[in-house]
Amino acid sequence: MKKLYSYIPLIVFFVLILFFARQLILKEDPSELPSVLLEERFPEIILKKLGGYKLFSVTNLMNANSPSLVNIWSSWCVPCKIEHEFLMRMSSDHNILIYGINYKDKKEDALKVLDLNDNPFYAIGVDLDGLQSINLGVYGVPETFIIDSDGNIRYRHVGPILEYDMQNIILPILDKIMREKI
Amino acid sequence: MIIELGHFFLALALSISIFQFLLPALGVKFNSYGMMRSASITAFISFILVFLSFLSLVYAYITSDFSVSLVAKNSHSLKPLIYKISGVWGNHEGSLLLWVLILTFYSAAVAILGRRLPLKLISLVLSCQGLIAVAFISFILFTSNPFIRLFFPNIEGEGFNPILQDFGLAIHPPFLYLGYVGLSVTFSFSIAALLIGKVDTIWVKWVRPWTLIAWVFLTVGIALGSWWAYRELGWGGWWFWDPVENASFMPWLAATALLHSSIVAEKRDTLKAWTILLAIIAFSFSLLGTFIVRSGVLISVHSFASDPSRGLYILLLLIFFTGGGLALFAKKAPYLKSGGLFKPLSREGALVINNIIFASAAATVLLGTLYPIFIDAINNSKVSVGPPYFEAVFIPLMVPAILLCAFSPMLSWKRAVIENIIERIIAVFICALFLASIIIIMNDGSASAFLGLFLGFWLICGTLYEFFIKVGIKLSFKIFIQRALNLPRSAYGMSVAHIGVAIFIIGVTVSSAWRIDIEKPIILGEKTIVKDIEITFKSIKRVTGPNWNADRGEFEIITSNRDKHFLYPERRFYPASQVNTSEPAIMSGIFSDLYIVLGESRDNSDSYALRIYYSPFISWIWFGILLMAIGGVLSLSDRKHRLGYDLKRV
Repeated sequence: MKKLYSYIPLIVFFVLILFFARQLILKEDPSELPSVLLEERFPEIILKKLGGYKLFSVTNLMNANSPSLVNIWSSWCVPCKIEHEFLMRMSSDHNILIYGINYKDKKEDALKVLDLNDNPFYAIGVDLDGLQSINLGVYGVPETFIIDSDGNIRYRHVGPILEYDMQNIILPILDKIMREKI
Repeated sequence: MIIELGHFFLALALSISIFQFLLPALGVKFNSYGMMRSASITAFISFILVFLSFLSLVYAYITSDFSVSLVAKNSHSLKPLIYKISGVWGNHEGSLLLWVLILTFYSAAVAILGRRLPLKLISLVLSCQGLIAVAFISFILFTSNPFIRLFFPNIEGEGFNPILQDFGLAIHPPFLYLGYVGLSVTFSFSIAALLIGKVDTIWVKWVRPWTLIAWVFLTVGIALGSWWAYRELGWGGWWFWDPVENASFMPWLAATALLHSSIVAEKRDTLKAWTILLAIIAFSFSLLGTFIVRSGVLISVHSFASDPSRGLYILLLLIFFTGGGLALFAKKAPYLKSGGLFKPLSREGALVINNIIFASAAATVLLGTLYPIFIDAINNSKVSVGPPYFEAVFIPLMVPAILLCAFSPMLSWKRAVIENIIERIIAVFICALFLASIIIIMNDGSASAFLGLFLGFWLICGTLYEFFIKVGIKLSFKIFIQRALNLPRSAYGMSVAHIGVAIFIIGVTVSSAWRIDIEKPIILGEKTIVKDIEITFKSIKRVTGPNWNADRGEFEIITSNRDKHFLYPERRFYPASQVNTSEPAIMSGIFSDLYIVLGESRDNSDSYALRIYYSPFISWIWFGILLMAIGGVLSLSDRKHRLGYDLKRV
């Protein structure tokens, strides 16, 4: 019996390896996961209000005049903090409408982040237990969706938007959507 | 030319390492003295070669040779010298070369210091180290070669992620790797012991100091990383439970468990199989950390440019070393002889509980870190795990560990009598309760703050009490001093490290319970008050640095006792990489830190977004960690832990 016990660590380890191998081989890069929802309507999700901020609801996205971004963030997520600055620049320098979904967060912590001057979001919805975001296939925070003016999801960005992503991915796609309209 | 030489030396080091692996292993099999002896020589040569190879890369960085692809991608001629050098390991390829450099350094150190170890043992250890070197050097040469030239050399480098341009972060990777890779030595010792089928006193005497060395470096490395996050990320936080932070924390937890279990193995000749298992696991966590950081299976701010082929290679390394180690363990461990029996209530018993807690803590962090992968595989839904999980699970696990830590040194080996220590426990309990209550009542604290303070004082009181009893408090002053001086340094080491833990807990508790955050717009000339501290926004100026320019704000700080200070937070812009960063300004003190971050101006007006964090006792966090490391060094300097000491006698 004692001999069998000593095999436990080995077995546990190989179970772990199976998971890693799957992750590595099937999904080569999690930040490039295609969204199952691509080119589809933004799903009906119901979010709660955060403090005194305008509530984000899916109807905001329908029949809008311009494309917009939906950013999923949390106060406890470090990449979001780094991304924050780029969201600020997109909302102030490029006048892009950004909606925020606050994901599995404490209300006080989330409010702290959104000091009046530092809020890139036009409207915000709270997804307290993360269940609503599952409809979006959210993998982790931060994630950003590009929504066209008809409310369809056009692009999904996993991980923080940094300088490179902003200049070479997000802004060009938004630009393309704008031109389609004309 | 020099870079090609570096490339050549690394390739040569690979072939030497193959000999370092094969010759001693064959020597043990065929009982050939010469082949076994060759291991020390090959280990030493291999170190020299990797060192030269590393120097050539450093040279390319210092001279800003942008015909080298890695330098062109990660450096810039205007970067200050120290960051040019630290740029060597600020990327995937270079950091792996540093990893290998440290590995071969440890092998050479083991070869030199272990001259008097039983030949069979040292040969197998060096052979195993050689095999690890072979695996990692070929990883560098075949998938991540730092010596590749550009066909069309760049005129200027592309720069370096500016957020990494920081002194704390420049020296953070070397320390962390000295810790990670130090665990390879205990791993190799464990493999050798399993192959020989014998764990004896010499083995334990050798494993303990190497674990301590790795643990001290790992501790300092993690502290430097956290200190960087605090000063640089601009949010006043110091630990984020990010996958990459967890990747360094798991080996630390395993090493801490190993540190304690090897005490039992050394003193009482028991728990040997468990100690070996921990040594294998600790190094596996180092490899796992490498895998997580470089494969891109998890998303993290810290991650290097990820590449699935590299991920696959590291996964294979992990399967080979950990799988191989655990298989060997499964086969051989049941035959290891174990000595000394003990009762549950004894020093050994307490250390076993310590080990169970630390192992569970490591498993908890592992589960939390990998949970997104598990859930994705099982029901294809996506989740991410954040601090709420870790805080909810990790803290309750640590509470019993801290409670135990204060009085387990009072327990005697083999069998302790509860009556002997119950009075002391009650005294420590009352003392801690009293101190924590006073602070909570005076400052209007919460229940969780009370728990944190109680645990901190409990550990300090318990450790001091134990120390004074050991020295003999009731004796005359002269004898007291004499006995204190005669106490082994490892006893001081333990007390200092445990008090470090207590100070860390107090720092964490106070800084989070009484922290004040203010985020508001501020106009030039405006004054704001935080906790009796007057902060005035004096001016804002444009300044230029070596590879950046910045808007630098000047803030006048007047403390409650009318001392005047100035703080200069900046918003920097790095033209080479087109990135803006905030450089917070911090006024650090023993009892509080004032942390100011200057935000963007509103439509080019005089109004700026300002964030102020007032964190009492936050420097105690790093001071506590530093004390833990100092405790480790004290213990290491103990005569009986000195490498090579006493080998003739045993």
